[in-house]
Amino acid sequence: MEVPDDFYPRVEETCRDLYIRSLKEIPPDIVEAIRAAAARESKEVARRIFAAYLESIALGRNRDMIVCQDTGIPIYWVGIGSKLRLDGARLADAIRRGTERATCEHPLRSSIVAPLTRENRQTSTGEGIPIIHFDFVPDADALDILFMPKGSGSENMSSLKMLVPADGVNGIKRFVLEQVVGAGAKPCPPTIVGVGVGGSSDLCMALAKKATARPLGSKNPDTQLAALEEELFNAINSTGIGPQGLGGDTTALAVHIESAWTHITCNPVGVNLQCWRAERRRAKVTADGKVEFGF
Amino acid sequence: MASFQFNTPLTEADVRQLSVGDSVTLDGVVFGIRDASLIRMFDKGVPCPVDLRGAALLHTAPNVRKLPDGRYEPLCIGTTTSMRMDRFTEALLRDHGVRAILGKGGLSAKSAELMAKHGAVYLSVTGGAAAGQTLQVEAIEEVHWEDLMPECLWKFRVKAMGPLTVGIDARGANLQLDVQREAERRSAEILKAMGAA
Repeated sequence: MEVPDDFYPRVEETCRDLYIRSLKEIPPDIVEAIRAAAARESKEVARRIFAAYLESIALGRNRDMIVCQDTGIPIYWVGIGSKLRLDGARLADAIRRGTERATCEHPLRSSIVAPLTRENRQTSTGEGIPIIHFDFVPDADALDILFMPKGSGSENMSSLKMLVPADGVNGIKRFVLEQVVGAGAKPCPPTIVGVGVGGSSDLCMALAKKATARPLGSKNPDTQLAALEEELFNAINSTGIGPQGLGGDTTALAVHIESAWTHITCNPVGVNLQCWRAERRRAKVTADGKVEFGF
Repeated sequence: MASFQFNTPLTEADVRQLSVGDSVTLDGVVFGIRDASLIRMFDKGVPCPVDLRGAALLHTAPNVRKLPDGRYEPLCIGTTTSMRMDRFTEALLRDHGVRAILGKGGLSAKSAELMAKHGAVYLSVTGGAAAGQTLQVEAIEEVHWEDLMPECLWKFRVKAMGPLTVGIDARGANLQLDVQREAERRSAEILKAMGAA
């Protein structure tokens, strides 16, 4: 069905709200995992860190405060229901405007600058930002928006390795572990470790990023990849890095792998880390302008 | 592990008492600096507009609201990854007399050596838990270099800022680096056990 004209301003407001809400309300699966990690932690310093995490989570929810100062790079994954008929350029524009309105109206720190001049427009937007991924959802009649304000402490720890077929799965295991240990305290552990396997270099990193947005408890549907997720998860949590890298029992909240097929000569692996808050918000917007928020 | 409270400015004797893992709270003034303000000071040679002798510096770029009278209200003040600013440690300690650097993720072995030499510490702020830290900032008293927003040079009045964890003490012990080295040692064993070494 063709969306009415007021659909686009609705998307704009929704994106504004997604940005602001994502910074204040940590997803319930993450809160649960932090609580559980705090309860089983054996190290005194690590328990002190977890107590601060839980205090800030509560302040975000109960006192409408921003939990972390990093407002991140705004990233949207937009699933367009195949039954919707809409103007894609207007949709992208509405998403950008929503991002800018969140920044100016709340106000939020604008964390986006030009790479060489370091000019900051104070809008959280610029060339290529926000990042918007469009996808199409068969038989659906709504717009599904998943938003992530990606913080730089963890984003700066991203890495790609174009392994070769002879490196095999063991090469993948070595690389992931090396990257997590190399990142140490910097990405604000415990992290969600997003791993991309296969594809081209760019797709591999996109898969790693998307993997970090998966809810905790989800497994890759492929049993071999799910087993690899579990094996890496146990390995990473045996390193002792702990919260804030000060030593402790929990270094990763999860390892999520997303994969694509690749070239006969390629064996790419990408790692993208997500910090302990793992902020994400979701909204479903129907053609008649109804909005349903989730995570 | 002991707990300490200090008022700023800090003295060498204050920081020399501390050991890694100790818990610290600060009262007084904390200056907010980071990438852009440090680049301006040290790479562009612009004189620092504030006196940093005995100072506690926080690696930060806050969320603020500008009020009609020109002052700034704190909305969210946390910290950022310190390692990006590692190369500025020497000049801050040697030329400016800074006694504490506050941030997350730790600093290098070189910075730890410099802290031992000049009598300074690295205090680890709980990264990402900025909401709680914001409540410890009573006021933003001064803002310099507003054109760098949000990476200005900020002067915060703080009350019981902490608990901060001593990450590097003035004997050069470096907790985060030690944890990371131990993790490297363990990961070699883990990979062997996985048959992936």
